[in-house]
Formats: sequence, C-alpha cells, structure tokens
Amino acid sequence: MRAEAPLLEVHDLSVSFRSRGRYIPIVEKVSFSVGSREILGIVGESGSGKSVTAMAIMGLIDAPDVKITGSARFRGQELVGLPQKAFRHLRGRDIAMIFQDPMTAFTPVYTIGWQIDEQIRAHEALSKTGARARTVQLLGDMGVPDPERTANRYPHQLSGGLRQRAMIAMALSCNPVMLIADEPTTALDVTVQAQILDLLRNLRHNYGSSVLLITHDMGVVAETCDNVMVLYSGRVAERGPGEAIFAQPAHPYTAALLDSIPPLTGPRPARLPSIAGSPPAPLERPSGCAFAPRCHYAHESCVMLPPLISYGSQDVACVLPVEGRPLPPRVVADVA
Amino acid sequence: MIAALFRRLGQTLFVLFGISVLVFLVFFATPGADPTSRIAGKNASPETMARVRHEYGFDRPLPVQYATMMKKLFITRDLASYVDRGELVVPEIVQAAPVTLSLATGGAVIWVVMSVVMGTTAAAFRGTLIDRGLMILGLIGISIPVFWLGQVANLITQARYHDTWLFSWVPGLGYIPFSESPLGWFRALIIPWIVLAVLFIGIYGRVLRADLIAVSGEDFMRTARAKGLSPARVLLVHGLRTSMITFVSLFGLDFAQLIGGGALLTEVVFGLQGVGRLTYQALSNLDLPLIMASVMYSAVFVVLANAVVDMVYVFLDPRVRDAR
Repeated sequence: MRAEAPLLEVHDLSVSFRSRGRYIPIVEKVSFSVGSREILGIVGESGSGKSVTAMAIMGLIDAPDVKITGSARFRGQELVGLPQKAFRHLRGRDIAMIFQDPMTAFTPVYTIGWQIDEQIRAHEALSKTGARARTVQLLGDMGVPDPERTANRYPHQLSGGLRQRAMIAMALSCNPVMLIADEPTTALDVTVQAQILDLLRNLRHNYGSSVLLITHDMGVVAETCDNVMVLYSGRVAERGPGEAIFAQPAHPYTAALLDSIPPLTGPRPARLPSIAGSPPAPLERPSGCAFAPRCHYAHESCVMLPPLISYGSQDVACVLPVEGRPLPPRVVADVA
Repeated sequence: MIAALFRRLGQTLFVLFGISVLVFLVFFATPGADPTSRIAGKNASPETMARVRHEYGFDRPLPVQYATMMKKLFITRDLASYVDRGELVVPEIVQAAPVTLSLATGGAVIWVVMSVVMGTTAAAFRGTLIDRGLMILGLIGISIPVFWLGQVANLITQARYHDTWLFSWVPGLGYIPFSESPLGWFRALIIPWIVLAVLFIGIYGRVLRADLIAVSGEDFMRTARAKGLSPARVLLVHGLRTSMITFVSLFGLDFAQLIGGGALLTEVVFGLQGVGRLTYQALSNLDLPLIMASVMYSAVFVVLANAVVDMVYVFLDPRVRDAR
C-alpha cells in the first residue's frame, strides 16, 4: 500500500436492482475517493443514490436481485464482490456507519451500553468489564452526561440527540479508519444538529477517522466537509473541494441547490428559489443529462450524456464550461 | 410494586365474579331452561317437581341461589352434581386438573421449541427450498384435524405396530400419574403431547417466520449488521429476541385456553380424564354444578395466564416496564 493512495477509492460504482426481468440502475458509474482524515460530503435529493452508494460500500446490500459493478478499494482491498464473511471483519472495526434515525437504529430491548459492548466484543478479545469501561469512556467523550448511568439505559429512555451521540460512540468503539454517516442530523433539531456536526468535525483530530457524510443539506456540507460530491439521479453532477464549489458552482444543479438555502445576511427574499419539478424516477431517467428537464440552461447539446470533465479544481458533468459559458461565481458566500 | 399486585388481584377477583354471575344466569335464569324439570326427569309428577325444587333450593330467590352455590363451591367445597347424586364436583376437578396440566405443559414445551426452530430456520433460509418445505409442513400441521391425527397415532402405536420394537414401550390409553411413575407418565403422554403440539407448531412457526422477516427490515437489524456481527447473531440475538414479544402474547392465550379445557379432542382420543373431557360431560348432561366448577376453574387459569404474560412482557420489553 503506497502512502499517498487514498483510504477509499471508488471507481465506476454502479448499483442496479432487478425488477420485472430487467435491471434498473440506481447508481451509475460513481467515482470518488476519500483520503485519510478527510471529510467528504455526498449531497443529493432523496432518491439520488447517496444511501445506496454507502450501503454498497458497506456490503449491506445482499439481496439476490441486486447487481453491483465497478470497484471500491478500501486500503487497497477490493470491496465489490467481497464475501460477507470477510466483510464482517471490516464492518464495525475498520468502517463504521451511523444511521439517519437514532430512534429506530438501536435494538429496543437492550441497553445502549450492552449494544456498544457487543460491537467491541465482536471485534476484540476484551472482557465484559473491559468493554464496558471503554463504552463509558466513549460515551463521555461524545458529551453524554453521566455516561455510566446512561450506558444502562434503554434506547427509548434517551433523547434523540443523546441517542445519536451513543450511535456515534458505538460507531467509534473499535477506532474505525472510516466512518460513514448517513444523514446523521436529519432527525434532530437544529441546536442538537450543530453539536453533532461539531462532534463529527473533531473526529479526525481525536480519532484520526475519515468521514463520508451523506446529507441532503447544503448547509451541513458547508459547515463540515473538505470535499463535496453532488449526486443527481444516481450520477455524479459535480465533485470538488467544498470552498471552490460554494464559491463557484459549475453545475446548474449545484447552483440551484445553493440558491435554495435562505441567506443569513442581506434582504430576505420574498420567496426562496426552488428547483421546479422533481428528479426522474430511475426507470424514466433520460439518456442525456438527467437534470436537463429541470435546468434553465438546457439546450440541444444536453441530450447527450455529458462526461465528467475537469473545470478549475472541480469535476463537473455539464456541457456549459466546455461551451465557454460557465456559470457566474456566486456573489455572496453566505452559507458558511 | 405491592400496590400493583393488589390491583391486579382485585381485577382478577372482579373478572371471576363477573364470569360466575354470567354462567349462573345463563343456566338458571334462561326462560325454558328450568333445572328442576331436568333433574326430575321427563314426565315427572308435580309433586316430584315440587320436592326437587325445594330440595335443591330452586324455590328461593336467584341471588340466594347464587350465593349458596358459590359458598358450596368455594367455601365448603361440597357442591354435588345434579346428575350423579352425591358425586362431589370439586374433587372431580382436582382429579382432572393434573391430567390437563401435564398434557398442555408437555405439549407447550414441544411446540415452543419446535416452532422457534422451524420459524427461525425458515427465516434464515428465506426464499429457499428449505423455507418453502418448512412452511408447507407447517401448513399441513395446521390443516390436519387433531382427532384424526390422534386416531392414526393410536392405530400405529397401539394396534398395528404395537408389537414391534418401535412402539412396544407405548402403554395403553389413559393417564399415569407422575407421582406413581415418572417414566410411565412420560410414556403415556409423549404421543398425546406431539399430537397436540402439531397444530401449534404449524401456527407458531409461520407466525414467527413472518415476524422475523418483518423485523429484518427494521433499522436496528441493519445497525446490527453494520456492527460486523455474524448473521446468526443478528438473527437470534437481535431479531428473535425482539420477535419474542408477539410470540409470548400469542402463547399466553393459547396455553391458558388449553389448561382451561381446550384440549378436549386430544383428551378424548387418548382416553385422558382431563378438564376438557369433564366440561364436555357436564355440558352434555347439563350438569350445572360441574359446568360452574369447570368454568370457574378455566377462568382462573385464563386470568392467571394473562397475568403471567403481562409479567413476562415486563421482562421482555423495557418499553413496557417504563409505561407502568
């Protein structure tokens, strides 16, 4: 393993589900990489394939009628097609995952502490007391008040924020090098959201973990991520460093997403701009640019699928920069 | 805790009182169902009727009759049958109860173990031939009438193959008390247990499989897999443990029903003098004291079983623990 190789390198990852005899592509040829201690944000609307991408990397899709192709190399090890048995040793130990809804993500009949102990003991030869000591330590690190007592409580007895902290503590319990967070703050209220994001941001310093943050919230991305990948309808729309993308989005979809965040300064718009229409269903995905039907800039060259090209520090799947009329830079970088 | 226990006890007594009043009224106050004429027999002379009416106290007001019956049933325990004169009812129940209790308990052990194995295996191998095969077996088990299965079992073990090495150990039909010979008790009951359990194995196995599959789509099962646990551990420790909550409530009701005399057909086929058979006899003779006694007996068990299920719930589901 070379030192400069990224931690996770995904190349042309496609996931398709079989329905009525044919395969419907959910995720198409997605490529990205996550470096050590990097936070990559994957952004997109519901149904854009963010979660499916994460589940595919984790090997959590094992339905018989799902086809996963392409490659996902984690520390040089190919994950696509890896047998479940080998995956089991990676999951929870090297790659951990936090889920959207902490209300339902814990088994209701066991205590929080028991469930964290279980993960530790699944991967390490540790005594019950040893595991519990680490659990309490982790819960404390995650800002859970009175961790010893909280460990003995059941999921339904904790608030959403505490549960999500416990979830993160569980994910971190075996010092994973990568953490996949699937909409970790969506189910939480705003103040708690900020605290949890803070926690995630500090992981790389305190635990040396990379984070793959899946969200539909551009605000969350702006606050947290080094790099951003925007997915639209299962395809990469734009990819690049967060700052660059926020300053000058190259894909009309990214620009539209940024426009639909309410500005913090300046006059309040009477009506927040929104993107008209809705993303196409996987079956009705156009063969050309999937965003074209909703795009202000759509023209005849959009019927061909635009390749991902390099533009500045970003990669973008749009014809506009090639045709010499890129989108203007954003006037106010007000999201951060 | 103690207050909750007392409240529960109070509720139980109230339920039992309600049941006893209802049963009493059904048989005593229904027009055209005069117990006197039934006891005196057909074409009895008016003098005989009057004598019987007086002797049994049917000429007194209903509440007094009810109170007398309850006193005789619960306090002096000398309630006698109307049909077989002088036959005391309470000892009859006391004699029949261990038979039914043995039958239902043994059957329950078999059906719980077998259905958990069957349901879990089917869920683990969901969609494969193993799953299909087990579910078809379950369906067959549900569809076979218990009296037919019992007769066939008897035919094989008591008659046709009784003299072969395979079934020569099977004793004749009937019950052998545990105190007399534990081994004999087991031998006499093992076939009735299996016959009784077949139907329930089918039902419970199918219910458990459906439950496990429903649970497998839950977020916490995905979390368990993401933690890197083995598939067996995910299924058993997280899935089965959570599914047990439904399983237990179903079990409580069925078990209570069996203890209360619901195993009638099995008892009849295997010549076991249990509560079900007693109730059946009482009903066919319209022997009111016996009906009253056996109904009260089953009611006690149904209420008790419900209380036990509630307690097990508290143990199984922490959410219930907090709700009280």
